[in-house]
Amino acid sequence: MSMRDFLFALLVAAVLSSAIAVVHARHLHRQAYIALSGLQRDRDELNIEFGRLQLEQATWAEANRIEQVAGTRIGMKYPTDDDIVVLQP
Amino acid sequence: MKVQRSSYSLRKRLLAISVVLGAFGLVLVARAAHLQLISPDFYQEQGDARFLREVPIATSRGTITDRNGEPLAISSPVESVWANPKELLQHANRIPALAEALGIPNDVLAQRISQRADKEFVYLRRHMNPDIAQAVVDMGIPGVYSQREFRRFYPHGEVMAHVLGFTNIDDRGQEGLELAFDDWLTGKPGAQQIIRDRRGRTVENVDLIRAAEPGHDLMLSIDRRIQYLAYRELKTALIEHGASSGSIVVLDVPTGEILAMVNQPSYNPNSREGSGPEAQRNRAVTDVVEPGSVMKTLTLAAALESGKFTPETPIPTAPGYMPLPGGYTVKDFRNYGTLTMTGVLTKSSNVGATKIANELTNEHQYDMYQRFGLGHASGSGFPGESAGVLRAPNLWGPTEKATISYGYGLSVTPLQLARAYAALGNQGRLHEATFVKGADSASVQVIDPAIATQLMTMMETVTGPEGTARRAAVMGYRVAGKTGTSRKASGGGYAAKRYAAVFVGLVPASKPKFAMAVVIHDPQGLEYGGGAVSAPIFHHVMDGALRLMDVPPDNIEQWFAAQAKKNAASVAAAPPAAPAAPAVPVPVESMQ
Repeated sequence: MSMRDFLFALLVAAVLSSAIAVVHARHLHRQAYIALSGLQRDRDELNIEFGRLQLEQATWAEANRIEQVAGTRIGMKYPTDDDIVVLQP
Repeated sequence: MKVQRSSYSLRKRLLAISVVLGAFGLVLVARAAHLQLISPDFYQEQGDARFLREVPIATSRGTITDRNGEPLAISSPVESVWANPKELLQHANRIPALAEALGIPNDVLAQRISQRADKEFVYLRRHMNPDIAQAVVDMGIPGVYSQREFRRFYPHGEVMAHVLGFTNIDDRGQEGLELAFDDWLTGKPGAQQIIRDRRGRTVENVDLIRAAEPGHDLMLSIDRRIQYLAYRELKTALIEHGASSGSIVVLDVPTGEILAMVNQPSYNPNSREGSGPEAQRNRAVTDVVEPGSVMKTLTLAAALESGKFTPETPIPTAPGYMPLPGGYTVKDFRNYGTLTMTGVLTKSSNVGATKIANELTNEHQYDMYQRFGLGHASGSGFPGESAGVLRAPNLWGPTEKATISYGYGLSVTPLQLARAYAALGNQGRLHEATFVKGADSASVQVIDPAIATQLMTMMETVTGPEGTARRAAVMGYRVAGKTGTSRKASGGGYAAKRYAAVFVGLVPASKPKFAMAVVIHDPQGLEYGGGAVSAPIFHHVMDGALRLMDVPPDNIEQWFAAQAKKNAASVAAAPPAAPAAPAVPVPVESMQ
């Protein structure tokens, strides 16, 4: 086999293998992208869940409600001037 | 036939056929090569268009939080159910079941779909609970789909309503800070390529074209707790005095940040039905009021700057009224005799203010007011902010010059009032008002720090035993402030029994932290003055705010004295102990 034929065969092999490599890389890319979008979806769902929980917490912690619960259910009140004792140094 | 037979050649025939067939083959190959190599785009696109789709990736709007990170406005996902009428109408027998699942009357739904029979998209119901929407889609009715959208929720409801504003159904800001910061809060939706089958189901995510950029979060300078406190006190006071509306603004003096801004009447931003613009206006920045006597402080600032006056300069105000060249008579509540300049502020003497203003040029007086930000927008960037009304000094006649010196004939917003007083407490540096925490807003020195300090000392007498705002006093703290009561203009003159009660104060006076303006419109009953209506609101809100923000007291002696008095009283009166003297002196009548 002459040098020329050998080179030709080598190039054909290189073209074929790079073509297969492209297909493979493309496949890997899709796999990775699917994994990525799955994780992104999870992240978004978690963020959204977090937002919902924040909203729920803020609704429960609404000042008006806290004040009512403190005042009626556990009988708290603001200290009046009579209740405050100032310590003299 | 011989000739024919002799001309017959198998080779030639085969050759001819193969040439013809070869030519066909060549045409096919050439066409294939042409499609593959030279102009592949058209069929490639056509092929892709049959299964590749570019779909948007929804993003959520940024969260708005208060200065401590407590959420004030959050976008939460909801589902919007939509249909393709062309597809759905082929299964019209299932529409009643669909209507029931959606909670829409059957005829309404049927009409909506048939009206759009030639379209491919119609919303059936927007912003549904995701679980219910999923149940609807799971019924498997052809042509019914759902898509995710975001809806804005405001956990603090009416307390924050005016400051935050609201968004429309497409999650774009319509009012308030939602509108002012719309670009910052709104995300950029991304795009991705997916493969879809004939029925529109996603088979595979192919590629990301553009990543979605979620909206930025916004941290406001508002403190949720002070805001709530102010709102509660404002609402209570409005009911107590039968007033029609009111506003409170609390500023952080060293930075000019807005800590609280509340208005009444208010509305619930989570369901706005039935609330008109009357309730939706942020009166603290959009509505103007004639400030009345709170302007005297700024008039005195000009007087001190002119060098013609000191806080001890005697001002004769007898006999308690003063006719002006134009026929108008300036009146005091009663005859105060001769007052010092400090006394003019303490007693809020209109005659005194007029006499002081007479020694000043129109231009100097005007310049002082506009330096304190009157007649200009405050720099807050709030949509619909009013700049107030301050007429040019060359238009002032003697009557106007006099009335402007004590707060009639010009209009300001409650925010402008709070901001001007905050500058007095901030050694004469006026900040631009801002709703954003850590905005480091621009500031400018408007008067000499020494004059600002003098005015603070003078304003402290207003909440003292001789002043008009004794009810604004806060136990343990020195309070500087000024009351104002203005008759409201209506129909070309001043209405007989309509007032605006104003109080603006600073606390603690030795190193001010808060500046607070209270404006109450149309208080009813015998008590309608700033000292009787607005000053107690200041007391209640600041009492709580000073504790919440851990501001150290600067008048502990007052506390000790009150305690000694209490102990003495409880020793003197044998058990049962008599109730201790109230810390806040019981106010008598208060005017202007």
